Amino acid sequence: MSRQSTSSRITADSKKVNSELFVLTYGTLVQQLVKDYESVEDVNKQLERIGYNIGLRVIEDFLARTNYPRCTDLRDTAEKIQAAFKMYLNATPSLSNVTADEFSLVFESTPFGEFTELPDACANLKYCNVLPGVIRGACEMVQMDVQAYVIADTLKGDNATEIRVRFIKKLHDALPAGED
Amino acid sequence: MQNNEGSNGVGDPNANLSSMITLLQSKAKTSILDKSLSKGKSEMHLSCFALLFSEMVQYCQNRSNSVSELQNKLCDMGKQVGLKIIDLIVLREKNYKREVKLLNILLFIKSTVWKTLFGKEADKLEHSADDSRQYYIIEKDPLVNRFISVPKDKGSLNCASFNAGIVEGILETSGFPAKVLAQWHNGITYYVIEFDESVITRDKQLDER
Repeated sequence: MSRQSTSSRITADSKKVNSELFVLTYGTLVQQLVKDYESVEDVNKQLERIGYNIGLRVIEDFLARTNYPRCTDLRDTAEKIQAAFKMYLNATPSLSNVTADEFSLVFESTPFGEFTELPDACANLKYCNVLPGVIRGACEMVQMDVQAYVIADTLKGDNATEIRVRFIKKLHDALPAGED
Repeated sequence: MQNNEGSNGVGDPNANLSSMITLLQSKAKTSILDKSLSKGKSEMHLSCFALLFSEMVQYCQNRSNSVSELQNKLCDMGKQVGLKIIDLIVLREKNYKREVKLLNILLFIKSTVWKTLFGKEADKLEHSADDSRQYYIIEKDPLVNRFISVPKDKGSLNCASFNAGIVEGILETSGFPAKVLAQWHNGITYYVIEFDESVITRDKQLDER
């Protein structure tokens, strides 16, 4: 009984936060990384890593809040990632170029771009590089090894931000003993 | 010396040319100022922010040797957010008007700013009895601390230093230079605001008019 009330409290408590707070906080973090690292490449790598760490944890949250069953194929996975973006970032990417082992998530606008302009010195900065990291981290936790990377970015003058995801292999050894 | 001035002015046409080129280049992209400002009502999932914040804390922690260094880093980051959010709020909610009185700006932070950022007002605003330069904004359960458990060996760590930074940024850019610290007091977060002496003097002069 008490357990049930706790769980319902948590769902009711799944509050929202002002997205501008998030956007500005993220911007500050990127700014700090640019200050701390010498090359823009390193910043890109670091952002991906931060995203990966977030992905490792956000998948738990996602599975706990939704009742999605196991994915049957990559399109299924892609649709769930799409749903997750809607749920967490309030952004609606569209799927394109879906093949048996690859797909693209296309964002007309990401919240990250709202107050951002890239200075010339950071022309190669992949500002939203945390997103592919999140996808990689989250997929790894459900035994999928994927590669994800940004191939177009509105901040660089492209029409949309596009993240390409490629399925590499199923991870088997990641299963803890006694499961499955 | 004179030579230098010459080359900066008319002497070096290339310098002008290259700056013009960069100007043209940046114009080619749609500038951020060409877009209209959103209404700012959009929201996103709390977990998202919580996880990002946690990464930030970890990043700062890896790069600092002591609790106070970590808090300073968080504070500096918060400051950047404060500097920017104040412009947004003033533009949207205050019709470009900014507060000039000390008490008003504190109330503005406690209510409007907190409400915009965190969806609720801060709990209390108090004036220190001992030190006329000190004010406290008091918050029982800061959003940023909700998912943070402080390890035993870092008991004094308060990650709401980030919020303290926001307050500091806002005060600084509004012309109220102050130092803001987040401190624990009986499990409640106190943002201790210590104003620069000049601020207090100016505010008194305003009162006398």
